[in-house]
Formats: sequence, C-alpha cells, structure tokens
Amino acid sequence: MSALLRAEHVSKAFGGVQALSDCTVEVTRGSITGLIGPNGSGKTTLFNVITGYERVDAGDIYADDRKITNAPPERAFALGIGRTFQLTRIFPRLTVMENMLVATQHRGRGRWRNPLARAGGPADRRRAMELLEFTGIAGHATALADTLSYGQRKLLELAYVLVADPEVVLLDEPAGGVNPSLIQTIAARIRELNARGTTFLIVEHNMDFVMGICDRVTVLDYGTVVASGPPEIIRSNPRVLDAYLGITEEDDDAPIP
Amino acid sequence: MTGGTLTSAGRSRRATAWRAGGILVLLAAIAIFPLVFTNALVTTIAVDTLIFVAAASAWNIFSGYSGYISLGHAVFFGCGAYTVGIAARDWHLTGNAVFALIPLAAVVAAVIAVPFGLVALRVRRHTFVVVTIAIFFIFQLMAANFSFTGGTSGLSAPFLAWNPATYNDPFYYLALAIVVGTVGLAWLIRGSRFGLQLRAIRDDEDRARGLGVRTMRVKLAAFVISAFVIGMLGGLWFYFITQVLPQSGFDPLFDLSVALIAFFGGLGTVSGPVLGALILVPAQQYFTEQFTNDYLSQIVFGSLFLVVILLLPRGVIPTVGEKIASWRARRPGRMAGRPAAPLAAQLSVPPGAPPGAAAAAAGPAGPDGPR
Repeated sequence: MSALLRAEHVSKAFGGVQALSDCTVEVTRGSITGLIGPNGSGKTTLFNVITGYERVDAGDIYADDRKITNAPPERAFALGIGRTFQLTRIFPRLTVMENMLVATQHRGRGRWRNPLARAGGPADRRRAMELLEFTGIAGHATALADTLSYGQRKLLELAYVLVADPEVVLLDEPAGGVNPSLIQTIAARIRELNARGTTFLIVEHNMDFVMGICDRVTVLDYGTVVASGPPEIIRSNPRVLDAYLGITEEDDDAPIP
Repeated sequence: MTGGTLTSAGRSRRATAWRAGGILVLLAAIAIFPLVFTNALVTTIAVDTLIFVAAASAWNIFSGYSGYISLGHAVFFGCGAYTVGIAARDWHLTGNAVFALIPLAAVVAAVIAVPFGLVALRVRRHTFVVVTIAIFFIFQLMAANFSFTGGTSGLSAPFLAWNPATYNDPFYYLALAIVVGTVGLAWLIRGSRFGLQLRAIRDDEDRARGLGVRTMRVKLAAFVISAFVIGMLGGLWFYFITQVLPQSGFDPLFDLSVALIAFFGGLGTVSGPVLGALILVPAQQYFTEQFTNDYLSQIVFGSLFLVVILLLPRGVIPTVGEKIASWRARRPGRMAGRPAAPLAAQLSVPPGAPPGAAAAAAGPAGPDGPR
C-alpha cells in the first residue's frame, strides 16, 4: 500500500495559536480516509496546507512521494489534488455550466492552448454535463450558480472538482447543513467514485456518515493526530472519546446531564 | 435534448440575428456620421467620444471582467501620448509619418504595464485601487519633473498641414478602427477560456486558483491588453489635441471618466462601456457648452451620475436586460418547455433549513461583493 498523500511532521501556527503541531497524516491510494476532531483541532488547516492555501511552518507534504510542500493551489490542483470548502465556494455570477468549465483543461502543465478559443469545447461540455447528471443538477446547467440552493451548491462544488479527474479529493464537511436524503446521495456518489479509483480525504462531523463510508479514520486534537485506524476501532478509542466529548471513564468532572 | 432546449436555442439564434443587425446599423450610422455632420465642433466631440468608447472597453476587459478596479490606467494614456511626442521630437518626424508611431505608443504602454501589474496585482480590492492611484501620481510627477518629457510645459505635436474643413476626419476613422478592434477583442475575450478565467477571478479568486487557474498570469495578461489599447489611444489623442502636459496626459479625470462610463453602461458587459461612452461623453460636452460656468456643468453631470448609481447600481445594460427577461418570463406559455431536474426533489434544501444557509454560502464566495 502506497501513500498517495502524506503530511509529515507538519506544524502551522497563527499568531499564538498552534493550529497544527507535528502532525503526520497518510492517505492510502484508493482509500476513503476520514479526518475527524473537535472544532479548532486543525482539520481545515491541514486541508489548507496540503492544497497550498497556507504555508507550513515546518514539515513536508508529499503527493505520490513527490514533495509538494508549499506548492501554490493551482499547482496542487494540476498535480491531481482537488478540494471543496467548508463554506461552499462557487462562482455565483457564472452559470452552472461555466462553473464547470473553469476547472476543465487545467490538469497537467505546459501545453499551449489558444486562450481566445471559446470556453469549453464539445468534449469538455460533454464531460461537464455527465458530471452534472452524475450529481443530479444537470437541469440547472444554464442557470446562474447564485440561484442554486445550499445543497445544490455543495453538489456543484463536488462536480467541478471532479471535472479535471483528480486522483485525490479533499472534502471539507460534505454533509454539513445538508438534508438526510441528500447526505445519502452524496455518500453514494463518493462510493461510486471511489470504486472507480478516486481517493478521498473527508473532514466531517456527522459520525454516521464518517463511520459508514470511511475505510480509515484519523483523529486530530490540538493539531496532532491522537488516533488512526479502521472506524470500528476508532469508535471505541478512549482518547477519541476524550477529545470529542471531553470525558473519559476516569473523569469525575463530567458535565451535568 | 428536450423540446424546451431546442426552442431556447432557436430563440437565442433569433436574438443573435437581431443583435448582429443592430450592430451593423449602428456601425453604418457611426461610419457616415462625419459626412453628415461636418461642423468641426461636432466632429471634435465625436472623436473624443470614440476615444472614450475604446478606452472604457479596454479598461473593462481588465477591470470589468476581473473585478479589479483600476484607477491608474491614465498612466498608459499618458505614456502613449508622451511616447509619440518624444519619438516624433527626437527622430524629427513630421507630417503624416508621425502616425506610424502609434503602434509604438501601444507597445511602450504594454511594456510599462508588466512591472506596474506585477506590483499592483499582488493586492486586491480597495488596496489595489489605492496602489493604482499611487502609481498613477508617480508617473504624473515624473512627467512634470524629467527634462526629456518637457517638464511642466509638456510637448507639442508636429503640425499637420491638412484641410481644415476635414481635419478631424482621419482622427475620427482611426479612432473608429481602434473602437472596432477593441470591442471585437472584448467580445472575443468574454466568451473565451481566458475571459471565463477572468470572470472566475472576479467571483472568487482563491477558489479559481484551487481549480488550476494561474491567476497572476491571467490578471496580468488582461492588464497588459487594456494598457496596449489605451496607450494607442493616448498616442492618437496627442496628435488630435496637438500638445500634452503632465496634468492632461496623466489626468485623474481620465481614470474617473473611464470607470464611470463602464459602471454606467454595465461593468463586465461588452456593450455597457460602448453605450456608456456614447451617452456620457457627448452629454458632458453638451453640459459644458450649455452652461458658461464650467463648475455648474460638472455639478449637473455629477448629480446625474449620482441618480444613475442609486437607481441602476449595476449599470444600464444588465438592468434593462433583466427587465426584458422578466417581462418575457411573465408572458404565458414561455416557460412551459423547461426541463425538470430528475433529482430536483431530493436535492433541494429542506423546508426546515435555516434561511440564512444559502446567504451564508454566497457570502464568502464574492471577493468584491455585488456591483
């Protein structure tokens, strides 16, 4: 088993706040890895340093054994790392189809393309339409993205990250603020993509979702990995319970029920 | 494909035909304009107007599409004017030969845009605006203080021994050629991959980076293209006005006018800056003529502008376009063919979801807010 994505001893501080400290996380090729932890434990910061939105203070990031520490976001994407944001970010004044086309053709480097050619050739549009159908928002292709509902925006963000065929997709709270049936849809889509070879790293607070979909779960607390393993083991790990709930069996200072 | 999409395709074809016809009629009217109106006062205003049509369109290619509002493009206008002025003086060019220097003005402006852009485009939004203004004043001061620019007395253009009755016509048609080229380029860019990347940057630059858009390169390219056109216009304007001073070549009012024209017509649209300049530039000249007190005309013009900003904050073209679209939608039988989304029911936000959810999602997406 080779690690497709690896963060090694990564540290990152914001002023006096140590968001990540000596954090080592591995994402195995072909896996669906969950990343959980309380608010402020560094999950999103880890996403940001992997995808180049923040610089690391120390440590290294590897994609497929290639060092990509502090590579800018556009390079991380070109290397096959796609991500979504916790607060869904789309292009509100572009149509849904245009949103999809922004991401096409940016995989790989160096190839010259006529920048004045019309956006999105037939092949790109077909691929974009397939993905919109896959995520179920094809009916809105010509609508302004601004008019989409919250859940539809999540699906659009997932769809346009997939346009460039990334090897690994980082999802930041894909089930956050989404209705239960849509959560089922999203989970099914992730499984389907995973079966076709896409690797996932997922930050999520919905435990049923994480435990149901992930092969492996890594738990962060105060910027450090406190546990890592298959979901059934993580579920009963006392350090995880401690990090998440703030109580353990020995803790007699439990909150009043 | 459903019937609904075919109908809409047919409708858009018809709209395209109408639009093409409208553009041809407008172009024909503009082309014969100096033959009909031979009064030099009128044709002078017409040349001015065309210069601003092209300048606002060029500015819009950068600022309108990318959302980076530049108030420093007068740098390129001034550099264009000074380039042809200095070159004609030092190379002792006279007569019609001086017009061969206009492409040089464009190239010099474009070359200056590279370091200017590399510095200014590192910052966004309000900071970007302030940086462009600062760089603008540096250039104005340089023009006033160097000796090769003629200092505060500026430069004079070589005399053109043309027939006074038709003196303005060559300027008019040269400006018109630049207008056609610039608007055509603006239209081409808007529909292109490059234009899509610019508009993605306008909506959310960081998200665009995360989808592989090399934003610095894209922004800089648009910046240089707009500088190229405006430098060319500066060169043409210099011969037209026959002299350039530091405060007229590097004129803060040029920046404001160009921005106001684009805002008035519709920022980021192809036709907006054209319409804006065709209305505002003659109107401004008319007010200046009407009121002997120059300040009064500026007050009237400023008030008019305030009204427009308050009533049509997004500009004439987008607002009118929306009115037409909603009027069409209200007509019965128009929306019947709309295809239904197969998973629509599953995918909508539940009725119980907080109403702020969609707004919260929209909030961080726009780096520059609605305009």
